[in-house]
Amino acid sequence: MKESNEALFRYCLRIGDTSLILGHRVSEWCGHAPILEEDIAMANIALDLIGQTKIILNYAGELEGEGRTGDDLAYRRDARDFYNLLMVEQPNGDFAVTMMRQYLVSSYMFLLYSKLRNSTDKTISAFAEKSLKEVAYHVRYSGDWVVRLGDGTEESHQKAQSALDQLWFFVDDMFDADETDMLMFEKGIGADIKSLRIDWNNMIEPKIKEAKLVIPEANNFMRMGSRSGNHTEHLGYILAEMQFLPRAYPDATW
Amino acid sequence: MEEKKDVQGKLWEVFTQKKTGAPHEHAGSVRAADKEMAMMNARDVYSRRNEAVSLWVVPSECIVASQPEDAGPFFDPANDKAYRNPNFYKTPTGVKQIS
Repeated sequence: MKESNEALFRYCLRIGDTSLILGHRVSEWCGHAPILEEDIAMANIALDLIGQTKIILNYAGELEGEGRTGDDLAYRRDARDFYNLLMVEQPNGDFAVTMMRQYLVSSYMFLLYSKLRNSTDKTISAFAEKSLKEVAYHVRYSGDWVVRLGDGTEESHQKAQSALDQLWFFVDDMFDADETDMLMFEKGIGADIKSLRIDWNNMIEPKIKEAKLVIPEANNFMRMGSRSGNHTEHLGYILAEMQFLPRAYPDATW
Repeated sequence: MEEKKDVQGKLWEVFTQKKTGAPHEHAGSVRAADKEMAMMNARDVYSRRNEAVSLWVVPSECIVASQPEDAGPFFDPANDKAYRNPNFYKTPTGVKQIS
């Protein structure tokens, strides 16, 4: 691979793996959601995310130049070679956890893609432009649920707060910029992670407040590591399920 | 035995407009707890294949429907009054919405 492509390749994997793993997690609700309408809504969101993944992982394959397709990257890498945010691999838990995770991550994606729209890389900017409309809807959908649950009954409030508390450990990981992020930002391809964090806080805080929830205090137990492929134990189980078929039957086609 | 609570939410009727200027037509119904949720569910269920440019949702309980037993007195008297139809006028060329 050309050296100049290496950082961009890695940057694409981070974006693509995050939407792939979140899409897979959301798809686990298919057939299990509390009502039919939510089942369809979540399947829609999962499909949006998988569609976004396809664009960016195919591009990563091109950049790498070794003939790997987006499918190869999705189905034939092991956990250590995945760079998705730790937040998205966390289990669905109850509906409050799923909606809170969606809200926190969709808000992040919304702000990130808003910046990437102006990327000097044409494929990245086209990807961001296309994804932004979909992600804006995910923010609205999950944000409404965060308020509905947080400012709902005593039980739903308690579940929403507990969801926020347990997911908060993975917030620092979202903004844990490394040299790849710096390089991409300097080249005008990527986003400035520092300002992204400020924007993100400004975006979610009013919504969390509206939901009558409290953002947890900063603490020493924040988990990080996605940018170097260090994951929580959950990713391995996701991959085992997601990759089983293409690995067991490499020639299978639709 | 405890009766199972209905947690599906209220029933809402969904109307979709296929293109700007066209009438909103009844598409079906959704369950939802509030207006916002009804709108989103309608969007997800009835416009995911590009069927609509605009949506209305209305609580089903707000719709007043005629009863089947009213059909006779309501509709039959119009059967033999052809003169109420504008059949005897020429439609100007270029008008599309009148059939």
